[in-house]
Order: sequence, then structure tokens, then C-alpha cells
Amino acid sequence: MKTIYLDNNATTQVAPEVLEAMLPYFHDLYGNPSSMHSFGGQVGRKLREAREQVAALIGAVPGEIIFTSCGTESDNAAIRSALISQPEKRHIVTSRVEHPAIKALCAHLTDQGYRVTELPVDGEGRIDMDQYEKSLTPDTAIVSLMWANNETGVIFPIEAAAQMARSRGILFHTDAVQAVGKIPIDMSKSAVNMLSISGHKLHAPKGIGVLYVRKGTKFSPFLIGGHQEKNRRGGTENTPSIIALGKACELAAQNMELENTKVKALRDKLENELLARIPNSRVNGDRVNRLPNTTNISFEFVEGEGILLMLDEFSICASSGSACTSGSLQPSHVLRAMGVPFTMAHGSIRFSLSIYNTEEEIDFVIEKLPSIIETLRGMSPYWKVGDRICSTY
Amino acid sequence: MWEYTDKVKDHFLHPRNVGEVEDADAVAEVGSIACGDALKLSFKLDENKRIKEVKFKTFGCASAIATSSALTEMIKGMTLEEAEKVTNQDIANYLGGLPQEKMHCSVMGREALEKAIAIYKGTVPKETEGKIVCECFGVTDLEIERAIRENNLATLEDVTNFTKAGGGCGNCHGAIQEIIDRVRGELSTKPPERPKLSNIQKIKRIEETIEREIRPSLKLDGGDIELIDVVGNRVLVATRGACASCQASNQTLKHFVEAKLRELVWPELVVEEVSQ
Ligand code: FES
Repeated sequence: MKTIYLDNNATTQVAPEVLEAMLPYFHDLYGNPSSMHSFGGQVGRKLREAREQVAALIGAVPGEIIFTSCGTESDNAAIRSALISQPEKRHIVTSRVEHPAIKALCAHLTDQGYRVTELPVDGEGRIDMDQYEKSLTPDTAIVSLMWANNETGVIFPIEAAAQMARSRGILFHTDAVQAVGKIPIDMSKSAVNMLSISGHKLHAPKGIGVLYVRKGTKFSPFLIGGHQEKNRRGGTENTPSIIALGKACELAAQNMELENTKVKALRDKLENELLARIPNSRVNGDRVNRLPNTTNISFEFVEGEGILLMLDEFSICASSGSACTSGSLQPSHVLRAMGVPFTMAHGSIRFSLSIYNTEEEIDFVIEKLPSIIETLRGMSPYWKVGDRICSTY
Repeated sequence: MWEYTDKVKDHFLHPRNVGEVEDADAVAEVGSIACGDALKLSFKLDENKRIKEVKFKTFGCASAIATSSALTEMIKGMTLEEAEKVTNQDIANYLGGLPQEKMHCSVMGREALEKAIAIYKGTVPKETEGKIVCECFGVTDLEIERAIRENNLATLEDVTNFTKAGGGCGNCHGAIQEIIDRVRGELSTKPPERPKLSNIQKIKRIEETIEREIRPSLKLDGGDIELIDVVGNRVLVATRGACASCQASNQTLKHFVEAKLRELVWPELVVEEVSQ
């Protein structure tokens, strides 16, 4: 059976053009870009081109791009740099719905004596800007807020938040791993100091990331070693993947329009049809300020893992924020922070699309999912046929 | 992705005995939607007091549904006295095993069965008398203690896997650890009666343990081991690969292989190497 891949916020397929661009750099053009000989030098030139491609996608200048190994490394490098370069400041502001790369790091820093404010979110996954503003203090070293949420797709007002931080002399970092390539981002008009990108979320391979660091922002390297990346990140460059990421960014710029028309239309169709066909279901998160490719839908009185396994029988790939799949015994921290009721949180499914999805695939899911939910509800002691227990939805 | 056995998948995709028995002799509900899984079990006895009909309704993950289905199949036709003896381990075994993180599903099955029998007999299960240790999942000290005893649990993680206690905010971790320490203390002062193993059973369990617990670890280091014979409590093995030429292999045999076999099969086993 053909795989229907609707889990693109987890990872994406490497685009064929990207694969083609990177392949020569494994075998034929394996030179070290730092070498003096022209065999290595030609790779160095190609890296420069990739750096320009990445910079172009986010309105940066090439010198502001640091290649890393992944989004997590970028996040770690950003926050640790901010703390090391301002040793007198001991406070961090972030949110309750961040990716583990930020969440776990902040928990670790709390143990080391830093003070961390985790901003709450409302039922739609939005932060309160007044509360945010009040959380900023003279002791605040850095704010780190994600641009778009990986589970719900909800977009934070990053530009406004970054402005508020800048006017107080506070550094601002954003984990933009889910946003880059899906929505327009322009660092030339922004107050953001640092921004994390992950290659495999935009059709480049796994194991390559970027940390954007605005010119003039003090930076203290995370990986200390060679002179690579202008002494900001030691270690021989992952040349094939950097070249791949450059190509992927070029493609993303070209496909941005498609993301916000075709992909969005497919997402909306999927969402609206499922809501219409399946009673006691609802969308988690702000439906207006949201990535065009993501929908997070809860089906009351069933558990997400069962839904995923039954979808898997049809080779449909999605993910869930249920306890059974979150790797712990409680539903995802994002849904809990939003106060999604238990009856709903356990049965949440995230579909995340890409430009490679087709209307037939979406139609197939719309056809199969209602009976899966019905089957599982038929086994659930909480589901009484024809009886809507939770009248609020 | 969880590694479920084919049997678990089968019982999840094709659950047996879903529903509620009409005019049931007993109906029991355990778990809650807040905790993430719940099971409603109902049964009816025939004139010989054997379970004639039994059905379930389950809210929960795939393994919760599979264990419920398995449980109903297992107890059909049993007397209540027989059904009372079914342990959570029996349910897991019936399914060819469950991932450790999912053992709490089998515990939920056993709890529902026990509660249903108690309701039928008009006695209140003693678990409800305990005091809540884990607020997040509503687990009592008696339930935790029982899981430790019945499944020989040693760590906090084990307790969470089997009862869910401690899987939320973590505030109860200290209290759980205290229970583990106390119960383990009691267990080690009076060693549990070990059922005698027949020789055949012993050899089979040694074979299984070597296959499952020992060889994979040795292979990671390029070594291997083969069971040659079992004579009384002497386990005769031959080492292969990196182990055969390794200076420390004697240590490995004593500290790892023998310790494992003693822990998992029989406490008096002695491992000896035979040269081939
Ligand atoms: S009280 Fe036990 S995990 Fe929260």
C-alpha cells in the first residue's frame, strides 16, 4: 500500500532536487572546504552559495548564518551564548508550550540556579502579551519563544514580542524550526537576535541545522574547536547536508506560495470534512494564526494511539498528543498547557501536510477515519451511541 | 512506535467480546478518563457457576484494548475460584508479552476482574482501603505494594510501568521510593517460596534466558555463548567469538551470565565453561 505521509512536522522527505544537489559531495567532491588546494576550494565556494540561499529565505545576510547539526543544537547554542555573554543576568523568559529542546534545557538551567518564567497560554494556545511584557525584568538575559508550535501550528506574535524585548535591551531568540519555509520570515525588518532552523523539517536531510545570529549580537560559541563558521562553531562542515539545506531553502522560497494556497486548502478540507463527519471532535489551537499545513484535532472518548495504529493499517502516517504516544503517562505538555479537557486530550491527532500531498490522499483519510473513530468509540465505556455527553463542543 | 507482539495487534484490531453483558451477574469499572485508561468488565455465570459470558468496554491505548480482549478470552469457562488466580503476568504472557511501559494495562485487567468478582461476592476489594500515594493517577500504597510483591519490582520506573504511579508531576516519587525500600526489605528477609522446577522446565528457562537476556549483550561486544548441557545446578556453556579469546571472559561468566541466570531462573545455578 502506498504510504500517505501526513506527519511532516515530525520530519519531511528529502526533495528530489535536494538529493541531487548533495550527492556529488559525498563521493566525487569530498574535499575539505578549509583546504588550500582547489579541490577543497570548490567545495568552499559551494558552501558560500548555500549560506546565501539560506540567508535569502529569511532576509538575512550570509554572515549571520551559522551551520549546526540540528535545531536542538541551535537552541542550546543560542540560550547558552546569551547567558555566558551576560553573566550578571540570571532570568529567562519562555513559554509552556516550547519544544523539548528549549523546555528541557530551561529545566536544566533552573537546576543550575537560573530563574525561568514559563508563560502560560490560553485555550487556543496563545500567549497574553501584557503578561509577557510584565515578565521582562532588568535581570532577564534572554527571551525564547517558538515562532510556530509543532503540535498545533499556532503562531506566536514573534515580531511584536521581539520589539518589546529589544526596547529593554533583552536578547530575543526564536525556535523557528516549524515556521521557516512555511510562512514568510524577514530578518531584515525584525528585532529577533537569534533564530533556529532545522533542515529536515523543510525537505533537507536530518542532521543539519542553522542558528541565525544577528550582526552585532554578542555570541559565545557552543562547540569550541576549529575556525569554521568564523570561530562560532568548530567542527568540519557537513558539506553535503549544508549544500542540501541551501537547495532546500531555495525551493522553500519558490514553494512558499504553494504552502499557503494548495497545502492550506488541503489542510482545510481535511479538517472541515473530519469535523463535519465525526461528532464530538474539535480543533486544538487558534485556527486563524496558524501554520498552513498543520491541524490538531481531538476526537472525544477515544485514545490517540489506537487511532494511529488503525490509520497505520491503511499506511496513513500521523501523530498524536495522547499519553500513550507522548512517551509519558500524560497527554502532551502543549495540550495540557492549553487546558484541553482530558476527554479530548487523549484522543488528539496531528496531521501535518507538505506540498507533496495530493487531494486523493486527503480524500482517502476523510473516507477512512470516521469509521476508525466509530469502531474505537464502540469499545469505549464513555461513549454512549447517539448521546453527546460533552455539550460544550 | 511500540513493539507489540502479533498477538497484541490481533487482539487490538480484532477484539473479542466487546460490549456489555445483558443481565450481568457483576459489572465492574476501573480507571478513569483523566488517567488515560478505563475498563468496564461484565460477566454472567452458568448453572455450574462457571463464567458463561464476559464482555468488556475499554478506553485506552492499543495494549489496553488488547489486554481486555485477552482477559475475556482467558476467563471464559472458568469458575470464579479459577479466575481469581489469574495474575497480570498471566494476561501479559497470554499476549506473548507486553512492552514494560505498558504493563499497567495488564494490571488494570487484573484489577477489573478482581473487582467484578468482589462485587459478585458482595465483598469490597481491599485496595480501596489504602491511602492515595500518587494524586495524579489516584494510586494507593496498597496497590503499589501489591504490584511490587507480585511482579518483583525494584525501581521507581518499574512501579510507574506497572501502576502508572509517579508518571505525572513526580511529587510522589519520594513516597513511592519509601514503599519500594520497605517492601524490598521485607522481601529479602524472608525469601519467597520458590516453586520447584522440573529439570525440563529448568533447562527450558535457562535456554530462554540465555537467548533473550544474555546473548544480545555479549554480541554487542562481538562475543557469543552456547549452552552445552545442564547437570543438576551446573550450567555448562561454551564461549565463542570475542569471548573465547578474552582474558576477562571468566569474570563475564560469573558476574554477568551466572548472575542473570540466578536472578531469572534459579538461585543455586553455577555456570561452568567447557573447552571444546
Ligand atoms: S502525584 Fe504521583 S505523579 Fe503526580
